[in-house]
Amino acid sequence: MMKTLLSAVALLASSLAIAAGPAVPLDKAPIDLTDKASLQNGARIFQNYCLGCHQMQYQRYSRTFADLDIPEELGMEHLMFTGEKVGDHITNNMSAKDGEKWFGATPPDLTNVARVRGPDWLYTYLRAFYADDSRPFGVNNEVFPMVGMPHVLQELQGVPSKTYETRLVDGEPKQVYVGIKTDGSGELSEEEYDRAIADLVNYMEYVGEPTKLEAHALGYKVMIFLLIFFVLAYLLKKEYWKDVH
Amino acid sequence: MFKNLMSWIEYRLPFMDKMNLHVMQYPAPKNFNFWYFFGSLAMLVLVNQIVTGIWLTMNYEPSAEGAFASVEYIMRDVDYGWLLRYMHSTGASAFFVVVYLHMLRGMMYGSYQKPRELLWIFGMLIFLVLMAEAFMGYLLPWGQMSFWGAQVIIGIFGTIPFIGEDLTLWIRGDYVISGATLNRFFALHVIALPLVLVILVFLHIMALHEVGSNNPDGIDIKRDNDGTVEQTEADKKFTFHQYFTRGGKKVIVDAIPFHPYYTVKDLVGVAGFLLVFAWVIFFLPEGGGYFLEPPNFEAANPLKTPEHIAPVWYFTPFYAILRAIPHPFMGAVAMFAAIVALALLPWLDRGKVRSVRYRSGLHKVNLINFCISFVALGVLGVLPAEGVYTLLAQIFSFTYFGFFVLLFFYSKNENTKPLPVRVT
Amino acid sequence: MSNAPVDHGRRRFLTIATSVVGGVGAVGVAVPFIASWNPSERAKQAGAAVTADISKLEPGQLIRVEWRGKPVWIVKRTEETLQQLAETESKLRDPGSEVQQQPAYAQNQHRSIKPEIFVAVGICTHLGCSPTYLPNDFSAQVEGIRAGFFCPCHGSKFDMAGRVFQGVPAPTNLVVPPHMFIDDKTIVVGEDEGAV
Repeated sequence: MMKTLLSAVALLASSLAIAAGPAVPLDKAPIDLTDKASLQNGARIFQNYCLGCHQMQYQRYSRTFADLDIPEELGMEHLMFTGEKVGDHITNNMSAKDGEKWFGATPPDLTNVARVRGPDWLYTYLRAFYADDSRPFGVNNEVFPMVGMPHVLQELQGVPSKTYETRLVDGEPKQVYVGIKTDGSGELSEEEYDRAIADLVNYMEYVGEPTKLEAHALGYKVMIFLLIFFVLAYLLKKEYWKDVH
Repeated sequence: MFKNLMSWIEYRLPFMDKMNLHVMQYPAPKNFNFWYFFGSLAMLVLVNQIVTGIWLTMNYEPSAEGAFASVEYIMRDVDYGWLLRYMHSTGASAFFVVVYLHMLRGMMYGSYQKPRELLWIFGMLIFLVLMAEAFMGYLLPWGQMSFWGAQVIIGIFGTIPFIGEDLTLWIRGDYVISGATLNRFFALHVIALPLVLVILVFLHIMALHEVGSNNPDGIDIKRDNDGTVEQTEADKKFTFHQYFTRGGKKVIVDAIPFHPYYTVKDLVGVAGFLLVFAWVIFFLPEGGGYFLEPPNFEAANPLKTPEHIAPVWYFTPFYAILRAIPHPFMGAVAMFAAIVALALLPWLDRGKVRSVRYRSGLHKVNLINFCISFVALGVLGVLPAEGVYTLLAQIFSFTYFGFFVLLFFYSKNENTKPLPVRVT
Repeated sequence: MSNAPVDHGRRRFLTIATSVVGGVGAVGVAVPFIASWNPSERAKQAGAAVTADISKLEPGQLIRVEWRGKPVWIVKRTEETLQQLAETESKLRDPGSEVQQQPAYAQNQHRSIKPEIFVAVGICTHLGCSPTYLPNDFSAQVEGIRAGFFCPCHGSKFDMAGRVFQGVPAPTNLVVPPHMFIDDKTIVVGEDEGAV
């Protein structure tokens, strides 16, 4: 009796916390835009698991291939499935209407998702699915409660569920929420799954702003140039102002 | 030959004479400090906005269907399109940074006081047009914030009694913000308002050069030639355009020609500004979510409101005043009054001493109060209007207007310090 | 006010140095503005090489592919047509294809890589109309020649190697675009690097 009451209170408390907004602290996404292997793996995961429903309608395959050092023939063979041209945008054939019918809302385009949500949110969100029979797809998400998206990476992660442990708190045994644990039925171990998600997020971060590394490289040159110009302008000013001071 | 051509032109269009009048022989007080960089920087940013803006229109598509995709096209498919776009988007924020600092300079040194009232009014008109320009430009990327931000701001007009509803309908040209709204905003943003802006800037500078630049001491550098003015060796060193001496009726002291002394000095300011500007463009183009807001990377969706809508940072001080007043229309009136109060400064301030350096301690405190209120309102305008934030916004709105009210009363008989005879 | 004499040398040096560095900066700023006028990625992709399957092409058949917004013909010529190429030469303006309207590897009698496969931009060299392919009825235009191209706009005539006949408005032969064969079935129009 006491135990049911406690777990009910715990459940209420956790739902209140969700209602109060982003109560889940976001994990820092361990991503690196210069890591080509990670980006390539991310692209592979996106093409295989995400593209069915989500497009990257502003990014071209050729751009991804060129920036990620993927030879065109190889990319066309392993990353393109529907016979598009290499210069085409990364799109699927699902109509917006179908998407709304199947998922309650059209699955959003993911070209800029890393700029809308931020990489940390994505990294945490994709690792925050848990089994919940009350939901149409049998899963819910801690970061995005009541999300209309199925857990498409379940075959990699296994079936994740919220796990509670009985611990002694102030001398009394209590049910404590210890996070989401998988049943181990997935293809990947927990570390491997986290790594795969990081790669995917890394790729989405890249697609959000494919010019970022180029901007940084050019930026350093511009800054050095401006510093030189600043010093010269300052010396010139001092020289002329000898007339005044 | 060349000389003949030059004098032939000069006779018909006195270009060299105008250059001397406004640049080479324009007397500028020799004591300009850091705060005097922002006028020329505002000009620089204006040029940046016009040039990058022209280039953006070459690939932008002003339609509800194509706008968002065309911005992504610029960012991804056009060579250096990302740089042109970031220069323009960062430039918008930079414009307000330098303009706000430029205005603060005017307030500190009393640059709005007689005889510079008209100059100040032109400046305030520039500020108003600039806000309209920025607001309309923000709709063009057709992202979620573009759409919902415009919705909120157009909604302000809807609070006007009797005509509000019809007015918003007229502004939008549709029952919702649509392609019709986008197209008219585009036309105003790229042609009409920049034209007005350039004309106003021209008038602002003409008005400035007519009455002459103020300076951190707030004392005149052009004195009546009544025999009491002693010119130092330094004063006699430079020649100024005879226009400024009014044919010998005036004596100019403590001034230096704008060129080369302030051109080289402004060059240092430009270089320093560009260091910061380029840093943001290349490394922080989103400005921490304040220059480019995250929801704006998602295409406009009339059926889905973002969780939290905040106008771009440069509007938030006024937006916070709007929200602080519980009554919608009175809020809009208060917001407008906050801008009008600034424009009326030359008449609200009845003091005879211009520079804060020689004004009373009360004035110094009041000016600090204004700065704190303005910044605090800016911060509150970003935060959601709930609980303690609303109360704080009300308090700071009160202190904001309090600045003007207090100023009006104490400036009449203010306990000022004696002014120096010459600039320091 | 210092009364020290002005160091004109230093002043001149600093002025020139700042001007030069500033000038370099101005040129640098101009780069993105100028570069943005280059064909964009979209234009490049639209203008990219086009691949066509020619395995089902019958002798005498013409297929069209679009390359850089222009129609490109791919024709499989019959034995008869190839023989007639020699017969027409006396009536042509430029039988040897001296004018560079084709890549070097197509400067031959049949103006192509493989004799039977002819590739040409289907736009008349006169004013840009697209000529009509007459596989059987060309003799009405040029006696004794069964197949050819006839431009309906101003009556220009071309033989089955795209060579222009004398006495028509079109000044030069039809353009042969760069092309190559990947294998027996596949042709790429717009690219000829590597395999020919």
